[in-house]
Amino acid sequence: MPSISREEVAHLAHLARLDLAPDELDHLAGQLDQILGAVAQVTEVAADDIPPTSHALPLTNVFREDEPRACLPAEAVLAAAPAAEDGRFRVPQILGEEQ
Amino acid sequence: MTVTTALPSFDEAIATYEPVMGMEVHVELGTTTKMFCGCSTAFGGEPNSQVCPVCLGLPGSLPVVNRTAVESAIRIGLALNCSIAEWCRFARKNYFYPDMPKNFQTSQYDEPIAYDGWLDVSLGGETSETFRIGIERAHMEEDTGKSLHVGGATGRIHGASHSLLDYNRSGIPLIEIVTKPIEVPAAVAPAVAKAYVTELRELIRALGVSEARMELGQLRCDANVSLRLPGDPYGTRTETKNVNSLRSVERAVTYEIRRQAAVLSSGGTIVQETRHWHEDTGETTAGRRKEEAEDYRYFPEPDLVPIAPSREWVEELRATLPEPPSVRRARLQEAWGFTDLEMRDVVNAGALSLVFDTVAEGASAGGAKKWWLGEVARVANERGVALEDAGITPGDVARVEALIAEGSLNDKLARQVVEGVLAGEGTPDEVVAARGLVLVNDDAALGTAVDDAIAAQPDVAEKIRGGNLGAVGALIGAIMKSTKGQADAKRARELILERLQG
Ligand SMILES: [Zn+2]
Repeated sequence: MPSISREEVAHLAHLARLDLAPDELDHLAGQLDQILGAVAQVTEVAADDIPPTSHALPLTNVFREDEPRACLPAEAVLAAAPAAEDGRFRVPQILGEEQ
Repeated sequence: MTVTTALPSFDEAIATYEPVMGMEVHVELGTTTKMFCGCSTAFGGEPNSQVCPVCLGLPGSLPVVNRTAVESAIRIGLALNCSIAEWCRFARKNYFYPDMPKNFQTSQYDEPIAYDGWLDVSLGGETSETFRIGIERAHMEEDTGKSLHVGGATGRIHGASHSLLDYNRSGIPLIEIVTKPIEVPAAVAPAVAKAYVTELRELIRALGVSEARMELGQLRCDANVSLRLPGDPYGTRTETKNVNSLRSVERAVTYEIRRQAAVLSSGGTIVQETRHWHEDTGETTAGRRKEEAEDYRYFPEPDLVPIAPSREWVEELRATLPEPPSVRRARLQEAWGFTDLEMRDVVNAGALSLVFDTVAEGASAGGAKKWWLGEVARVANERGVALEDAGITPGDVARVEALIAEGSLNDKLARQVVEGVLAGEGTPDEVVAARGLVLVNDDAALGTAVDDAIAAQPDVAEKIRGGNLGAVGALIGAIMKSTKGQADAKRARELILERLQG
């Protein structure tokens, strides 16, 4: 049986930038455990001769040619943003390390 | 932690420890459009003028892979002697940082398109020894946007009140090339690291997949370094980022070897972390610790189907590979008659193609090299631009050399012509005309200058009459002065000797 700990859920919540209260963590840890258990049932039917898949379509090599297409107008793009300055998206102070 | 104690010298550091290196190089491909959308990749556009729903990560948008980018990736892999995956996928690398509006970067994780290759590099100069650098993998991904940090003292993130984002670069195809651990004799390790990046840059340029100009961020390097005692397993490594010139590669590796040696020999331990290279101070400073590093939660990209290059396609691409740069260099070096050292200088200056093009325009190889590595390099360096952006073309340099060869210019005048071209005064012929740079070599005009010089320095003339040819230089100097440098020195010498020894 899968088992996901409260600490793991808290860690994932942090990575996903979700601010969860302690009671929410308790609640979700239990739910996620049940979901993982349900998904794990797939392993009961997956035989060794069935390769894992990440895609529902039996397609490969879908490409486009290296030809330019029209972009969006900068004004329209920035108008949809919460804040803009000097033709750029304005974001709050970035905490932590420079990438 | 700030290290205030003096670092050991490089020689002291490697007397005890062996370095192991690993290089990660990102190459921005020179495709017309981005990796997953048709936005232009042109450099220098107005901010956010080359964006669309795909590269902005707007809901409902779907990426489609650029065929040329995949071909470039395969060609890079083949040129690096890699195997090409028969089947591979893209993956999402999840992280929250405003340089990626999607909140993930589309990359490749455990299924790179190319893997397990090698690149031979040599240091040139006195030793012709070759070092084989193992290539772990080359994979496809996309570039991030550019941040501008506002309100801080130096444009850095610390102290900034907010940041501004331009997503024109977001989604430009990148190829990340990762080496296997590089274990070479400690004394040459930093030089090998530099030689590897230099050779890789030449290879990328020869393939025509990118201009690979480091000063424009088209080729970026992260250097992993660890130390160990001989015979020990690998030590803890650090990853130095922001190493963005060939010279910095060597300096950053050297610095990190010395810094780690200081920590280890004082009984400390190396912390696994990223470090930032500072070109101005020649030091690295601590960044993110690995134990704090993000958990990227990679998973296969559901919006893209797998890539399965047929063996026929791979062989077609293999047939398009150019002559390897090392073979081309050997061929050109022989044709040009350069020594190993001269050739290394040309390559390190990034002037190989410029010299090649100048020779193709009719100049001698020696003449071409003299200008590109001399006057042009000096001005380019002053302005902080690449040689090809200094404002003079191979055709211009060849024209200057032709004017010297036909006797219209001497070296001194030619230098003024090159200066004029670099200053934007026009073509060499236009500069000659505008500045009135004409070599005085007709015997009438030159004869008067020669006679004046002899008359002004009778004691020097007497020495020459007595057979002291070393004194001729003093008269030529005077003639150059009186003609403002425009005299033909060779003809002037002949006229002096005719008059005094004839
Ligand atoms: Zn786009």
